[in-house]
Amino acid sequence: MHIVVPVKLVPDLVEELVIDPSGTTLDPDTLRLQLNEFDGHAIEQAILLKERGGGQVTVMAPDVEGVDDVLYTAAAKGADRLIKLCGNFGQSVNNHAMACAVANLIKPLQPDLVLTGVQSHSDLDGSMGPLLAAYLGFPYVGYIAGVTLSDGRAVVRKEYPGGLVAEMEVVLPAVLGIQAADQPPRYVAFTRIRQAMKTASIEEQTVEGLDVSGGPTVSRMYKPEAAARATMIEGKPDEVASRLVELFRELGVL
Amino acid sequence: MSQDIYVIIEHLRGQIADISYVLCAAARQMAAASGGNVVGLLLGHNVKDLAQDVAVDRVLAVDDPLLANFVPDVYQQVLANLISASAPRAVLFGDTSIGAELAGALSVQLGLPLVSYCRNVRADDGRLTYVSQLCGGKVMVEGELPAPTALVAMVPGGYQAEQGKSTQPPPVETVAPPALAAGRITLKQYIEPESGDVDISKEAILVSVGRGIQNADNIELVRELAEAIGGVVSASRPVVDQGWLPTTRLVGKSGKRVKPRLYLALGISGAPEHAEAITDSQTIIAVNTDASAPIFDIARYGTTLDLLDLVPVLTEKVRQAKQ
Amino acid sequence: MPERIDFWGIPHTWGPPEVYAYGIMGLASLVLLFRLYQAVSLWWRLGRSEKRWDQLHIRVWRLIKYAIVQVRVLSQRYPGVMHIALAWAFFVFLWGTILATIHSHFITFLRGNTYLIYKLVLDLFTLVFLVGAVMAAYRRYIQRPRRLTLAPRFTYSLVLIVVIVVGGLAVTSTRLAVERPEWAWWTPFAWLVGQLWLSTGASDQALLNWHLGLWAFHLLSAATLFVTLPMSTMLHVVTGPLNVFFSKLDRPMGQLAPQPQTSAGEPLFVTSLRDLTWKQLLDSEACTECGRCQDACPAFAAGTPLSPKELMVDIRTALRRDGRTLLKNGNGSDKVPALVGEVVKDAILWSCTTCGACVRECPVFIEHVDTMVDMRRQLVNEGRMDSMLQEALANLGRYGNSFGQSERVRARWAQTLETPIKDARKESVEYLWFVGDYASYSTTLTDITRKTAEVFQKLGLDFGILYDGERNAGNDVRRVGEEGLYDMLVHRNAAVLSRCSFKAIITTDPHSYNTLKNEYPREVLDGRPVLHYTELLDQMLASGALKFTHRLGYTVTYSDPCYLGRYNGVYDAPRRLILATGCQLIEMPRCGDRAACCGAGGGRIWMEEQAVQERPSEARIREAVKLDNVQTLVVTCPKDVTMYRDAVKTTGYENRMAVKELIELIHAALC
Ligand SMILES: Cc1cc2nc3c(=O)[nH]c(=O)nc-3n(C[C@H](O)[C@H](O)[C@H](O)COP(=O)(O)OP(=O)(O)OC[C@H]3O[C@@H](n4cnc5c(N)ncnc54)[C@H](O)[C@@H]3O)c2cc1C
Ligand code: SF4
Ligand code: SF4
Repeated sequence: MHIVVPVKLVPDLVEELVIDPSGTTLDPDTLRLQLNEFDGHAIEQAILLKERGGGQVTVMAPDVEGVDDVLYTAAAKGADRLIKLCGNFGQSVNNHAMACAVANLIKPLQPDLVLTGVQSHSDLDGSMGPLLAAYLGFPYVGYIAGVTLSDGRAVVRKEYPGGLVAEMEVVLPAVLGIQAADQPPRYVAFTRIRQAMKTASIEEQTVEGLDVSGGPTVSRMYKPEAAARATMIEGKPDEVASRLVELFRELGVL
Repeated sequence: MSQDIYVIIEHLRGQIADISYVLCAAARQMAAASGGNVVGLLLGHNVKDLAQDVAVDRVLAVDDPLLANFVPDVYQQVLANLISASAPRAVLFGDTSIGAELAGALSVQLGLPLVSYCRNVRADDGRLTYVSQLCGGKVMVEGELPAPTALVAMVPGGYQAEQGKSTQPPPVETVAPPALAAGRITLKQYIEPESGDVDISKEAILVSVGRGIQNADNIELVRELAEAIGGVVSASRPVVDQGWLPTTRLVGKSGKRVKPRLYLALGISGAPEHAEAITDSQTIIAVNTDASAPIFDIARYGTTLDLLDLVPVLTEKVRQAKQ
Repeated sequence: MPERIDFWGIPHTWGPPEVYAYGIMGLASLVLLFRLYQAVSLWWRLGRSEKRWDQLHIRVWRLIKYAIVQVRVLSQRYPGVMHIALAWAFFVFLWGTILATIHSHFITFLRGNTYLIYKLVLDLFTLVFLVGAVMAAYRRYIQRPRRLTLAPRFTYSLVLIVVIVVGGLAVTSTRLAVERPEWAWWTPFAWLVGQLWLSTGASDQALLNWHLGLWAFHLLSAATLFVTLPMSTMLHVVTGPLNVFFSKLDRPMGQLAPQPQTSAGEPLFVTSLRDLTWKQLLDSEACTECGRCQDACPAFAAGTPLSPKELMVDIRTALRRDGRTLLKNGNGSDKVPALVGEVVKDAILWSCTTCGACVRECPVFIEHVDTMVDMRRQLVNEGRMDSMLQEALANLGRYGNSFGQSERVRARWAQTLETPIKDARKESVEYLWFVGDYASYSTTLTDITRKTAEVFQKLGLDFGILYDGERNAGNDVRRVGEEGLYDMLVHRNAAVLSRCSFKAIITTDPHSYNTLKNEYPREVLDGRPVLHYTELLDQMLASGALKFTHRLGYTVTYSDPCYLGRYNGVYDAPRRLILATGCQLIEMPRCGDRAACCGAGGGRIWMEEQAVQERPSEARIREAVKLDNVQTLVVTCPKDVTMYRDAVKTTGYENRMAVKELIELIHAALC
């Protein structure tokens, strides 16, 4: 069983986001990147599957700031092979271009399973999973919380809003979009990461021909104005209640 | 090629999903600008009569036993045919566990551009502009909606479901499906959500009570309000500590992180142990007699009325509004 | 002239009594020594090496103070008196026997008045012993305090020593009854018992026979004590003093032992008994099961599965059960229960607040916290922790604070100050204020943090802060067991500090204070002091640089933070400051080095709350409200403010008790 997990790093939302003077991207200098949360679950799910049924886990990530930490952390968890994708990954590189290029690199690895995070908060042109699956010609199921493998098939739990779960069977090789691993991603002690840095090695593979044409273009990026403090609603209970009902309507909860 | 706007009508086990109405609302606005029609695509089995209240000009229903339940690859085959046959101006999907994967797959299969996380579509002198929210809503981006055909995955928030509803059932045209074959994905079974107490981290509306509620008897007032708006009661720790509500309802550091669309904080001061767990809420409305309570720093709206005065009146008004 | 006669009344029918008396005791001693050797070799050979031989003079002094005079035992009255009575009586009996042997074989000196005094002392201590024994029996079987275990092994020991001493008394008294010497009143107690024998009207010959029988019985019971000592609870008379002798001298209480390393220099994690040092194993053998630690433990009181006493007993049980197997197997596969997880369950390890109360209380200097942290390191290495702690550690690793907020907003609280604070990274300052996470990020503490700055400014201190250059100091990260992350935090802070010019570090958070002062690498401080703000202000009070303008007139009580009081001995400075603000201070029953923990330490504040009967902070509030007239609980730690302000609410005492950081009093009395 060979599981490939292509992951990506996305802006850390804990930091104040600053818009670049061009007004169409985020200011790269103040930007801090972080492993996409759901990709963290995808790695965890891959490791869990390996621990249960054996196999090999390959994690790949584009070469941006912080990528080494992400890859070594994956190694400390149990990933066998680390691949750093080298190329020019500005913010203009969209998921279609990435997925197409990554698919070309994944094909020769002949994976049985490709796991990705179900989405990231920066997927303007759709999340990686379905795109990757389409370029690879593999079936795709997303919003998955729970995977088990049995002879050439994966049985997955796909979540719908409200808690309903569909159990689906997918013929391998396949791409799965992981929303939550069977167990929350484990903590990796710093010492482990340091050991991984000594023992694991990162392969570099060059990604060429990133074609971003045809995707949506951004003509303006801005921050929604956030009220610093709550807008206060004054008046008698009766008046306030009426205003609140209006608000509920506007919010679409009534 | 047409100027029609296609809408994928999502439904699950005989119920139209809320997002479908949002899509219809957006589509109507777009069609008005492009000069086309809004066409609802309804895939399923025996679903002809499902789309009674969607605000579309017509419904194309594809009926086949294989479409009875959502199975990604089978649905994809059908949609690929429909879209490539008529090349509409745009196809709207919900950015959901059904729509998101269809949109992505079709985008590659048909070579069509895809815009995700779309909240609004604006029409500026005939040109359509998408507005998407990125970074969890901290950043908005906009740009021209790619032509000639764009796939759009929409999130709620930009339109009200009401705007996508109609009292007139739309004409339904049943289309024969292409020769369908089961693909590499099969649905085995549905698993019902566990009964037991509600999972507040998944609820869309939370009416949360803090110590301002004063005693156990007053919890009932709040429960009535929650029931009226269709939400669930949650609480800060003092309330749970007193045993007035079970621990499953605790919001905060020692409880659950929540991300509802509406978080109504009644008599909660907004201590960091509580506040940290509610910041993902879409809208926080706070009721607290102390105008300097920190909860107002994170709430979008607030009032300093006594919650015991406000809640009964509010419950009554909500009930009236619902009728 | 009275003189000691060896083997009085023992017939020589079966040869000289020396031969078989010494023969039996010699044999018993051999068995004792052999068994002791076995016991010692178990922990000695199984445990990792650790150097505990240096500074012999201090060790000997500790031995005298704590193993012989037993000042720690005495610090609790009833059990102290009880144990002293038993122990000292046995010391005296031991010396009596030694002197008697010297007398019979080397120098004959037990005659005349010397002999009479000798007899008197032995006689009095028999009485002392019996008082102690009655107290012990009353305590264990009637009072039955929760901290004592009711098990046959304790009864065995108590009965055996009582039998020995009462046997000795019977021997002496029958002899007195036969001899009826004129100095009989020099052994008043034995003579009184002798009257009892006489009152039976038995003939001298009959008494002589009884004497012989009792003598033989006494001899055999003493031999039994020797033979069974290594497997009985009496073993503590050997291991206890040893443990005191080998107690930690190389570092202050506030400094944890570094993560152990393998011979290859890789970090070593404790997975089996073998990975503990011989001293850590000896700790378990030394435990007397007196339960003092358990009594003082906030985690036990709260109803968590942790009892520091049971922890030691569990390790000892495992050592005795699995030790041999482990020794035999070398480094091979172990078929014995895992130390971490099975012998000691995860939940037990995670319950500890590292408050140090157990360590402070233990009469034989057992070092629970160090061992517990060693085992926690293994849990962290395996990622076995609750999700909240996991998130806190991830945040600390990523942002340098447990709040998961950007370091860029660390000093946001300072933005609204009237006078800006110097950036110690850019200008030289006299005092570098290490603010700490809670004071920086917790919105409920912002007000207090600002007041601290205002007080410093008012006093004209030349001080600065590190702004976004500061990271969590790492005290609790280390105590959680995440040594790698701790190293990283130290490294980051050290890098910033090395670029700053300052004369002293001041802290407001006792946790940061502890690790900066006791654990940071020497070169970071370079001889410059680390002070808690109370220490600095106390100095200024003494020098007259701090003068208050208002007298507050509150009646307050003060709760010593564990890492300020117990760990670093700062007890008086905050108290002097409280009094100087014009407040009256009333102490809680548990104060000073016995102060109770708020429950937040050791990383507990980052973990999920366990199901507890009563939170430690609530127990503390209940203790405070029992004091007459006290309306304010004063603390000197930001985490304490958080914990106790929460606890006054949950206990419903919000209107009765205010929780104030001392700086708030100082601010009010100053401005
Ligand atoms: C380690 C730790 C973990 C914690 N974990 C959690 C947690 O998971 N969840 C949690 O909630 N807390 C947690 N807390 C407790 C937290 O610090 C606060 O104490 C708690 O959130 C306060 O709850 P509250 O806002 O309901 O009460 P309060 O802070 O007492 O606030 C009550 C508010 O109600 C207002 N009020 C009073 N009467 C009325 C009225 N009639 N109408 C309107 N408003 C009124 C008051 O102005 C006040 O602001 C934790 C604390 C610690 C130390
Ligand atoms: S350090 Fe404190 S909490 Fe931990 S075992 Fe000792 S007394 Fe209990
Ligand atoms: S560890 Fe120390 S204090 Fe605790 S029971 Fe043992 S001897 Fe007593």
